[in-house]
Order: sequence, then structure tokens, then C-alpha cells
Amino acid sequence: MPGKPSLGLRLAFYLGMLFLHFPIAIIVLYALTTEDRTYQFPPPGLTLRWFGEAMQRTDMWAALWLSLQVAAMATAIALVLGTMVAAAMYRFQFLGKDFLTVLLILPIALPGILTGIALLTTFKRLALEPSFWTIVIGHATFCIVTVYNNVVARFRRMGYSQMEASMDLGADWFATWRHVVLPSLATALLAGGMLSFALSFDEVIVTTFTAADQKTLPIWFLNELFRPRERPITNVVAVFVMLVTFLPIVLAQWLTRNTDDLHGGGKTG
Amino acid sequence: MVQMLQEPQNQSTQAAVVLRGVSCYFGAVKAVDGVDLEIFPGEFFSMLGPSGSGKTTCLRLIGGFEQPTSGQIVLFGQDASRLPPYARDVNTVFQDYALFPHMNVRDNVAYALMVRGVPRSERHRRAEEMLELVKLAGLGDRRPGQLSGGQRQRVALARALINRPKLLLLDEPLGALDLKLREEMQIELKALQRQLGITFIYVTHDQGEALSMSDRVAVFNHGKIEQLDTPKALYEYPKTEFVARFVGSANVLEGRLLGLREGKYALRPERISIVVGSHSGANCLCGTLLDIHYLGAQTRYEVQVGSERLTVLTSSEEQGLQIGSPVTLRWESGSLRALQEAP
Repeated sequence: MPGKPSLGLRLAFYLGMLFLHFPIAIIVLYALTTEDRTYQFPPPGLTLRWFGEAMQRTDMWAALWLSLQVAAMATAIALVLGTMVAAAMYRFQFLGKDFLTVLLILPIALPGILTGIALLTTFKRLALEPSFWTIVIGHATFCIVTVYNNVVARFRRMGYSQMEASMDLGADWFATWRHVVLPSLATALLAGGMLSFALSFDEVIVTTFTAADQKTLPIWFLNELFRPRERPITNVVAVFVMLVTFLPIVLAQWLTRNTDDLHGGGKTG
Repeated sequence: MVQMLQEPQNQSTQAAVVLRGVSCYFGAVKAVDGVDLEIFPGEFFSMLGPSGSGKTTCLRLIGGFEQPTSGQIVLFGQDASRLPPYARDVNTVFQDYALFPHMNVRDNVAYALMVRGVPRSERHRRAEEMLELVKLAGLGDRRPGQLSGGQRQRVALARALINRPKLLLLDEPLGALDLKLREEMQIELKALQRQLGITFIYVTHDQGEALSMSDRVAVFNHGKIEQLDTPKALYEYPKTEFVARFVGSANVLEGRLLGLREGKYALRPERISIVVGSHSGANCLCGTLLDIHYLGAQTRYEVQVGSERLTVLTSSEEQGLQIGSPVTLRWESGSLRALQEAP
């Protein structure tokens, strides 16, 4: 049995947790304050008034709806393309594969501002007007990477012999994909998809370059900060977003709680 | 009517598997290099060789997992060289079992039936039958991850047999099991093969396994078959130095040393007797005793003869032998086997 951690270690742990979560608690607290301009502490009073007012803000709803649409679309594209490229990288050996791997990972390592400028320039060249779809394409560039990373790791763990066994037992490529590959990838797709969704949902920099006058939710937030009236409304929306993003994560953890890994008995080759 | 008349005739004349000049190259590597062989229906056929000898690639060619670079693969009279695995009446037990981790044991076993659209109730009934056959009755609801290595091996076997294939390929199926379990499974596999009458092609690097189970064995080396024979013929009449050394152990001697014509000769360690002192005569060599290993049922001696080191195996321990002292090795003249160059 491991011993009890020392007092100092536990103290450090709680301080770290406090540092991580205190700002979030502040947001929740100031979503309920009766005072609407400054972060006065303690809040002079608590109220649920701002929740009602936030619901009335059509611009917020429009931004939220746009963000959800963009994130869903970018995630859908990433799931298809990311899985396909992962399958190809897993299945085939070819010249320049390592180089291609680096190219694949690059969009997520590249500063958003570079991706943004590059995309803007390209869209201008192609005479594409900034629109909903340019935002989606911009987000998809880095969403693909997260899906690819998750799926390719799962492919490597899965072992090619399962697919061979399926075909050996009479399943063609499509049936093998449906009955063996997809179920094995399911949790990886879920994880990659959720991460993609979250990345897209709070993306600011690439969006500012690829959007026309559309406001995704993060951009709406930024604009609100410059207009400090009704500040608690921003906090209310933040709390709301927190709840909405928290639920899928809990759900995903619950869904993947007993994914058992199975490897063969011994050596392969 | 016509079929009924024709079938028995076909069965007796038609080979289960024919490979004609089959090669399979991976880039510059000649994994399989011009293999010809014929496997008969109902035969327990083993492919024996060290790793990298081409035996597994040969099996994968028959299963359809690799495409031959050249040559022809005929399965039950039908050219299958370019058929995908799912179009061949052949099933495989994989070395790593390749069970589907997201399905329970019953669904794993019934997979081939599910793919063919057999109704669920019949699927379950037949899966249960197969599980009984491999002595896993009642474990259908388990996940593969909850089974032991030996049990997984049986599931893989049941899954491959549920379609009643005419040909079963086994790729080192016992490689991951411990010695005791491996011996048990060897006996069971052999019994199962007799019971079902299915042709088995069994890949192994374990010569003991190949000898004890097979009707015939093909010994692979460098992508080629060095010798294809019954286990007894392989052991008694090895054709090449590689086969002599790989199947059992052998002393390989130069003809010059024995006073015979040029070439190499194999002499099994148990065909030699050992006595104290230096004696001369036909069919004997003098040397120095290097070491004695007591093995229980047998005793092994290492003897230095000129520049060669010979191994002798006797069933009873000779008295009066001392390490470092001169000894004489004798054998019957019929015990020497002249070896050919590798093909």
C-alpha cells in the first residue's frame, strides 16, 4: 500500500487546484452579482436577473448558433478526412512518409495567426469571399490533426491481423470496416471529435481572419468585453458554455469507461 | 445426379492446394522464391523453418493476404492466385489470435455466419456447437479480454472452423502458450483434424511440433523448400546440411575426414557409440572428450575430433570416461547420410 502523502505535498496540490479553478468560481460568482459594472468583492448582492436578460439577447443566440454550426461542420469534415488519412498512414509504407507525418501535425503546431494569414491570402487568391464555409475550412485544418492523432494511435494498437481475420471469415472491405474497424475506432473517434469540437468552439484567431462580419461565440465575448455594460451577462453566457461543454466530456468518459484493450498472446511477425 | 457421380472422383484425384513456381518479393527481399508443392485433401501438412525462411509468407499467400509476384496458386482445382481472402474457402488461425475485442466470445465465433447473413438464433446455436467442440461450452458471454491465452487460442480455432472450411491455415498457433499447454494442444489439434477430416496447413519453427503432428513437412530456408517429406524420412534421410541440422540435431562431417568421397555427411548423435581409448578401424574416429552432460534418460558427450566438434547421445552412461582423455567414436556404416548442396 502506498503511504499517505506528506502535508506539504497535499498543500501544494490544493493550492494548484485552487489556482486552476478559482477564476472559474469567480465567473460563476459574478454571473450572480447585483452589481453590473465593476468586480466589487464581495458582491453587494446575488440575483438570477442576468440569466433572464442573457436569454433575451438575440445577438448572443445568433453567435452561439453560428459557433455550434461551425464546430459541428468542422468536426464532421475532420472525422472523415482525419480517419481516412490515419487509415492510409497506417496501412501503407511509402517514400516521404515521415515528412508527410510532420506536415500533417503542422497545422496544430503552427501559430493560429500564421494559419489565419495563410488562409486569408489563399481565399483572396481563389476569389473566395469570407463566409460560413471559409470559417469551417479554417477550423477543419487543425481539427483534422486531432482526429488523425487519436485514430492513428488506435489503429496502431488494434493490429492489422483483426482486419485480416475479418476478411478471412468472409467479410469484404466494407463489412470489415463496418463490423471490425469502426467499432474499434469508435471511442477514438468520439475523443477526437469532441476535442475537435472544443477546439473549434473556442477558436478566435483563425476565425478573425476567415470570417466576414459573422460573430462566433468567442468573438462575441471579445466584443462584449469592450462594452462593459451588462458585464454579468457575459459571465452568465460563460457559465452556460461551461455546462454545455462539461456534459459531453462526462458523457464521453462514461461511454469509454470500460474499453478493454486486447493484444495477442505473444510475439507477432 | 451428375454432381453425385463426379464428386468422389474429384476428391480422390484433386489436390487441396497446388503452388506452381510461386514467388513473393517485398522490394528486394525474396520472401518466397520459386516454391512448388502439392497438398492433398485431409492431410496435416507443416511448413517448418526458422524465422524469415518464407513459411509464413507462403501460408499468407494461400490465405490471400499476400499476392504472389509470380506463379500460380490453385485451391481445390480453382486458380485462386488473385482471389481476395473473403472469396477463398480457406480459414486461418492467426498467431496473435486476432480476436475482435469489442465482441463477446459467441459473436467472435459466429462472425463468419453474421457476415453471411445467417439468422441470429441459428448463429448462436452453431457457435455454441463450435464452443463445445473446442471445450469452451458456457463461455460465450465472456469478452476475449477475460480469457486465458489457451482459451483465446480455442476461440480462434472455433471461429475459423465454424464455416467448415475445406482448408485450415494455422500460423504458429501455439507459439504464445507455455510448454505444458502447448503439448496438450498439439494432441487436441491432431485429434480435431482427424475428427473433422479437414486439410491443415501448419506453420511452425518448432521441429518437434512438426515431426509429431504432421503427415508431411516442408522445410523452408531462404524462401525455398529444402526438402518435402514425411517426418520419418526427414529425420532419417535429410537431403541437405540445413535440414539435417534443423530437424533434430546432426553432426555434419567432411567426406575427407571419414575417408569417403568428397562432400558432406550427416551423422545423428544417437547413432554413435563411444568407448575409452584410441582404436582404429572402419567407421570410427578418435578424439578427445570435451564435456559430459547428464540429461536423465540420455547422456550427451562433446568430442573434439581434429578441428571438428562432435556430439554423441547415448541412452546409458558409459563407464570410465574422463574429460580430457582419448575416446573412440563408432557407428554402423548405414548411419551416414550423404548430403547435397542446398537447392
